[in-house]
Amino acid sequence: MLTYAIKRSLLALLILFVVMLAMYAMVFLVPGDPASIALGPRATPELKQQLIERMGLDQPILSQVYHFFYNAVTGDLGYDVWSKRPVLAEILEAFPYTFLLGVVALAWALILGVFLGCAAVIYRGTPMDRILGILSVSMISVPSFVVAIYALLIFAVWLRWLPAIGAGEIGDPWSQFKAIIMPAFAVGISWVGYLARMVRASMLEVMGANHIRTARAFGLSERRVVFKHALRVAIIPTISIVAVGFGSILSSAVFVETVFSRPGIGTLITSAVLKRNYPVVMGTVLVMTAFYLIVVTLADLLIARLDPRVRDVLRS
Amino acid sequence: MSEAILRIENLSIGYDAGICQIHALRSATLEAHAGEVIGIVGESGCGKSTLAAAIINLLAPNAIINSGSIYYQGTDIFSLNKDAQRKLRGQDIAMVFQDPMTTFNPVLTLGDQLIDFQQHLEGVSISEKRIRATNLLARVGIPDPSLCMKRFPHELSGGMRQRASIAAALLMQPNVLVADEPTTALDVTMEAQIIHLLRELRSDYQGAIIVVTHHLGVVAELCDRVYVMYAGQVVEQGLVDDIYHAPKHPYTSALIACDPAHFEEHTPILPTIAGRLPDLMNPPQGCSFAARCVLANELCRTTVPPWVKISQTQSALCHKASQ
Repeated sequence: MLTYAIKRSLLALLILFVVMLAMYAMVFLVPGDPASIALGPRATPELKQQLIERMGLDQPILSQVYHFFYNAVTGDLGYDVWSKRPVLAEILEAFPYTFLLGVVALAWALILGVFLGCAAVIYRGTPMDRILGILSVSMISVPSFVVAIYALLIFAVWLRWLPAIGAGEIGDPWSQFKAIIMPAFAVGISWVGYLARMVRASMLEVMGANHIRTARAFGLSERRVVFKHALRVAIIPTISIVAVGFGSILSSAVFVETVFSRPGIGTLITSAVLKRNYPVVMGTVLVMTAFYLIVVTLADLLIARLDPRVRDVLRS
Repeated sequence: MSEAILRIENLSIGYDAGICQIHALRSATLEAHAGEVIGIVGESGCGKSTLAAAIINLLAPNAIINSGSIYYQGTDIFSLNKDAQRKLRGQDIAMVFQDPMTTFNPVLTLGDQLIDFQQHLEGVSISEKRIRATNLLARVGIPDPSLCMKRFPHELSGGMRQRASIAAALLMQPNVLVADEPTTALDVTMEAQIIHLLRELRSDYQGAIIVVTHHLGVVAELCDRVYVMYAGQVVEQGLVDDIYHAPKHPYTSALIACDPAHFEEHTPILPTIAGRLPDLMNPPQGCSFAARCVLANELCRTTVPPWVKISQTQSALCHKASQ
């Protein structure tokens, strides 16, 4: 198990390195250099040159990459070109908002999705199953930004129950809670449908297994068979899906934080890209990739924990 | 004889296959008394497993009960509601399944499962349930049962798992124990051990044991009475000795003739019963074995054979049985 954990972590580091290289390549392929955008069209070449030197853009790309990694390892992600603040501090400021959004969104999606999936299995073949199927597929297919905008219209503009923008007052949990409801709803809704379908499919496979027949042969109630015996097996593939989902919250965060004007990683990275604020873009991507890899690695370890067969394969 | 614990009367079960029905079980009648071991033998597809599934009330969703009933201690179990049927399972009627590799849940420890299977026991604490399960594992010959309780199914050998599933079936002290091909998935050594275990359990077990198998040797070693099945019908029934030494139904005779255990000389080709099972979507008009039977005549092909009583304990479903 420990060897496995170490192996997975080393693999994660390698992936992180490759992602950063790809990121570096992509940033330099985007047209427009930061100096011209920062200084506007009427800037003198001298001023531009000065800024380029300050940002280290005149150095060979490989040396830039080397410096970036060297600094990143020591915890220095560089400075925001415009605000002159350390990038790490900006990310750490924004990260908790996105993290909280991700946790809340996936938590409700997971609970409701698994529950609906199990319900569909219990009522398989009945109209209830079909209704749940239609519901799940609609939840998957409606784009989240549509949900976000309509939620905003209904609950913030018409009914005025929830705040339209922001993340709530700092130090006021109630207002923060009210502010997170709609974004978490918008991010989570497609996951509800997705998880419900996933759980239903893997549950149906498990329900045909002999050990489920055994559990039934001992007179266990259908509910107990589904929730204890079948779910324990069927939840395992769902865990990896949820991990991927949690990692990809970044992409959902970009739109949802924009729609709801919520502070967070998404807002940070959108504005940084628009302003060619390279250190911030690089730092954000690095942190989010690292975060994603941590979650996926943890999920792999959790699966090994839940499935004794996986654990034994790893041990040998 | 005393009142049967389990009595199956005229049971006919079909499987819905869309446009038609597959008649897997046709007018099966059998009974099992306390303290006896009965065997149900027949080749693949003869309805043995359908019968076993019907006894434990776990028929596939597309199964249709066309007629007949199963009486457990005098109550028709099909007339009970779902909840009452469920409570019979495990508690009154328990089952040992064919494939010990997949009988248990792979992600729960054996102990967890054996404790969970006792959920109908009221007023018994988890630790008492654990002790009950551990004792039973010891009873079926598992060395170090308390360690075994902490193991996951894949960590045990096939023989151990089958022992554990027998222990599981005995947990609730059921009155009827159905063993569906209990030794088929095991190698010969393990098979002998499991048969030995089942024989041993007979002595202190009060209820009826029903062994479903295609293996005549298993029946001979374990059972008091046998029901021979063919194409969804019980074709002959009687005491083991009668059936083995004086079979009256041509199918039983043919089956015994094919058992390698009876060969006296080395033979390069194993004998088989010529032909194959009749189409169960449209069962034959007369005797279902007529097409493969060496004795069959026109009467056999057109008229349903009667039950011919040969002795107090033996009878056969055959026109020729009385001759």
